[in-house]
Amino acid sequence: MQSTEDSFENLRNDFPILKRTVRDNKRLVYLDNASTTQKPNQVIDAITDYYRNHNANIHRAVYALAEESTEAYEGARDKIAKFVNIKNRQELIFVRGTTEAINLVAYAWGRPHINEGDIIVTTEYEHHSNIVPWQLLTQEKRAKLEYIGMNDDGQLNLDDLDKYLATGKVKLVTFSLMSNVLGTITDAAKIIAKCKAAGVLTLIDGAQAVPHMKVDLDTLGCDFFAFSGHKMLAPTGIGVLWVRKSVLQTMNPFHGGGDMIREVHKYETTWNDLPYKFEAGTPSIAEVIGFGAAIDYLTKIGMDNVRQHEMELTQYAIDELSKIPGLEIYGTKDITKRGGVISFNFADVHPHDVADIIDKEGISLRSGHHCAQVLMERLNVAATSRASFYIYNTKADVDALINSLNIVAKVFKL
Amino acid sequence: MSGTDIYHEMIVDYSRNPINYGEIENHDVTFHDSNPLCGDSIDIDMKIDDNKVTDIKFHGKGCAICMACSSVLTEITKGKSLDDVRKIEKNDVLGELGLEHLQAVRIKCALLSLKVLKSALYTYLGSNLDDETGVDTLKTEAENLY
Repeated sequence: MQSTEDSFENLRNDFPILKRTVRDNKRLVYLDNASTTQKPNQVIDAITDYYRNHNANIHRAVYALAEESTEAYEGARDKIAKFVNIKNRQELIFVRGTTEAINLVAYAWGRPHINEGDIIVTTEYEHHSNIVPWQLLTQEKRAKLEYIGMNDDGQLNLDDLDKYLATGKVKLVTFSLMSNVLGTITDAAKIIAKCKAAGVLTLIDGAQAVPHMKVDLDTLGCDFFAFSGHKMLAPTGIGVLWVRKSVLQTMNPFHGGGDMIREVHKYETTWNDLPYKFEAGTPSIAEVIGFGAAIDYLTKIGMDNVRQHEMELTQYAIDELSKIPGLEIYGTKDITKRGGVISFNFADVHPHDVADIIDKEGISLRSGHHCAQVLMERLNVAATSRASFYIYNTKADVDALINSLNIVAKVFKL
Repeated sequence: MSGTDIYHEMIVDYSRNPINYGEIENHDVTFHDSNPLCGDSIDIDMKIDDNKVTDIKFHGKGCAICMACSSVLTEITKGKSLDDVRKIEKNDVLGELGLEHLQAVRIKCALLSLKVLKSALYTYLGSNLDDETGVDTLKTEAENLY
């Protein structure tokens, strides 16, 4: 019988892009998975099969192709619901991604519910997509946006949350389940319990968490949850917003148009059932079907195995990176409290220079502010280098990173 | 052109020891800009007497390419008449450092300071109404640099 690590090595064969070389005939070492992941044949084939054999618009027509495409589309909704344990498929809305999901909530829930003086609470380690929509909303409504601070170990100071909740003005607390820069896994259960006790709704940005660990929405008990397909082997342009039905029923439509209506007259319209009320227009059918194929792929591996593989890889990477003099890793080094995202700075070398130099060795490493400038300010850095892993990364990838950093040290005479 | 080729001695030296780095307290014009994609951020202060740049300093955060190009640019600019400063082109900066064939994603790092300089000049000329000729051209030039 194969060991788990052998089977992770074997699954690299499913990803055609990993066979190509880059720059000067170097093996591709792809370490930007927090940004987007590569796609296996199973997902690519599902998309081409849809276009080659089944392409038709969903929900309306009665002919064979339309029936097939509708079945595939709705079948993917059921697979995804099961994957994160959503009990009621009416609560699962397809959107373009996490960014659109959060904007949808800010618009369709926020506008009718947020008033002058209300408070929305977010955190210092959010992606811009969980900050800017709330800035827009609170500015429009003369409400306030507050931040839960973070300690030097990359953990949230929940005393800040208590302080805001005590004002009685908080309407929503919104946070990422895993930081896209530090990898910190947020203690969601604790935050949700505090918010529930105060009668405050919670939104979770699951973009970084769902691809990398088992997430059970029924157990979590939040009110809104968003994640993106492309960070978990699926195509770009497709994501999920889940909203508890009792909350969903208090929301305005987001986009008006086809498929979201029941009856349209000259001056008034009635809405379609959930979730279709929030899915106006022809959706990304092929992308949803591709998302379904990605879910099948991850389900076969098992999310506990995915987490285990990434924990081993992250521990190895942290150990090896820590041996390099002058290299600073941000966030906790306790791998039970973090995912496979490692941000670092190497002496006084700017992350762009690090990324540029090691790109020549075939390594795709991210550099910059990672759409988290509030966090960059908190860390007092302009940018960081970031390595992030997925199922197809190996210790050999980490070794390649370490070796290439030695070249950086040589160029900059460190 | 990428990778270690561009990281020659001069670039690394300039990034470690930038020339004309700092602020000018009683500047006649100052301008700030940043690159939204990478977060590089540059301020340029200038002292202008008799239509001549008598002093210029820059400060901010950026990669080695950005720092080296800012150093070179301020060296080129210092002492020049405003007419001559207007005529500074991207290859005047890139050529000094052998970066003429820089890849597209890094050209923004190299030319941020030139963009800031042109915008500063535009701001200065705009507020000194005696010389408005070509001011709009300068603004367009700054906007279309990369």
